[in-house]
Amino acid sequence: MDITFKNVTYIYQRNTPFAHKAIEDLSFHIPSGSFVAIIGHTGSGKSTLIQHLNGMVIPSEGEVTVGDFHLTQGKKPESMKELRSKVGVVFQYPEHQLFEETVGKDIAFGPENFGVPEDEIKRRIQEIIPAVGLPEELLERSPFDLSGGQMRRVAIAGVLAVKPDVLVLDEPTAGLDPRGQKDIMDMFYNLHKEQGLTTVLVTHSMEDAVKYADHVIIMNKGTKYMEGKPEEVFIQKDALNKVQLDVPEMVQFLNLFEAKFGKPIPFERQSIKEIAQSIQGIVKGAAPHE
Amino acid sequence: MNNSMIIGQYVPGNSLIHRLDPRTKITIIFFFVFIVFFANNLVSYTILTVFALSSMFISRVPIRFILKGLTPVWFLIVFTFILHLFVTKEGTVFFDLYLFQFYTGGLIQGIAISMRFFLLILMTSMLTLTTTPIEITDAIEDMLHPLKKVKFPVHELALMMSISLRFIPTLMQETDKISKAQASRGVDFRTGPIKERAKAVVPLLVPLFVSAFKRAEELAMAMEARGYQGGEGRTKLRELKIEKRDILVYLLFACAIAGLFLTRNY
Repeated sequence: MDITFKNVTYIYQRNTPFAHKAIEDLSFHIPSGSFVAIIGHTGSGKSTLIQHLNGMVIPSEGEVTVGDFHLTQGKKPESMKELRSKVGVVFQYPEHQLFEETVGKDIAFGPENFGVPEDEIKRRIQEIIPAVGLPEELLERSPFDLSGGQMRRVAIAGVLAVKPDVLVLDEPTAGLDPRGQKDIMDMFYNLHKEQGLTTVLVTHSMEDAVKYADHVIIMNKGTKYMEGKPEEVFIQKDALNKVQLDVPEMVQFLNLFEAKFGKPIPFERQSIKEIAQSIQGIVKGAAPHE
Repeated sequence: MNNSMIIGQYVPGNSLIHRLDPRTKITIIFFFVFIVFFANNLVSYTILTVFALSSMFISRVPIRFILKGLTPVWFLIVFTFILHLFVTKEGTVFFDLYLFQFYTGGLIQGIAISMRFFLLILMTSMLTLTTTPIEITDAIEDMLHPLKKVKFPVHELALMMSISLRFIPTLMQETDKISKAQASRGVDFRTGPIKERAKAVVPLLVPLFVSAFKRAEELAMAMEARGYQGGEGRTKLRELKIEKRDILVYLLFACAIAGLFLTRNY
């Protein structure tokens, strides 16, 4: 589903002394099927932004369009529930939303609310459990007996079981061990590819953005600071430093390599292996007699 | 989040009312609550109203904000007024409507009692609007200090109060967060039959309790790790001190009380 923000402003606690503008005059377009990373320093309005995507908040000014749903002040779409079944949101620390007696029931909670038939839910659970890397015997256990990482996977499975068209991820790997982070991000990426999802990832990790996203939006103080392809955005070191962000390690490495060896390697989101090959080429070229 | 909930919400500022010693504010409001019930004619009500309204204006808390905060109690005020209007049968009939006769006595009673409500709520919300929860608990701890003689755990009580006040916003945030997460999973908190809506509370309450217990445990652990031992020999970051302005306000309040007792009917 296409996502469009048109001059969106959002003000928390409007008309009180605590009124606070979280987003100001934000416009962008996300074509269906893309993987977008939204990056910004704490308090830059990322979390508020994604709450617009399934109608958790309605823009104070401007318009948000998700597929056929239009969200503007004073005019809610009639079928908010339908919108929410199409846009799945994995909130920060989603394990806090677990409440059922068993893991299986908790995963089934979302699809049940959206009226998915029971045998279909069962089928989906069978499919999702291995995908998120959980052993099947956990289904009958209480979610509160699990480890933090397992709880996170259960919560994610609960969102995926709804089979959304748009997947919104708010720092889905925060607080996990490095291995778990990679597993979960790879799983999201595979789902994105296989099912043709539109994915919006909020993250602090430049590395994740480089690896998975095909479009990047940098937020600063509630406004859009930069936007574009990762390989274009992430080489602008000075601009990123200005908003307390850093270029990805890969770019840092390539810059240092150029400074030491005087040979530039352009950043094209290469894998580590590809960079190693380029370096090999340069080094060999420099010392042909070896 | 519920924007009309202002009870217990602090509005930062630097007005005279904000800078008063919290003990002064608590004492005055404590007595004000009693005094309100002694007013029984126009002049005495006027004196109290002037006192309450002027403190409201001096505090510079936006009036619209205060009025909005009163919305939950407007119903009570209006209801009391109407009840008195219908039930009290004193004085002369001033309006005849087939079955109902409205008496002047009822009208006056209604106005007086609603006024009382209004004044009480206005003054008590002035306290929380201009005083941080920490100041309030500090003041209460200080004022209860004499009870220590009879082994009353004053410090522990104050600590419990400040911890619970401290965690109200945290829990509200948590509630907001979890209800959003569950709403994203298709829970409908707002519409549908009552039975369904009551059921929708379970996915909200269970995670909330789980996290509250977890938080309490972590807090206890952190306090113990830093060697917290309670009130004995503990010094304070903010010492409470009675200033000239406090004495001035006490004097003004005493004048208001004196005026009230001189003008009320006996």
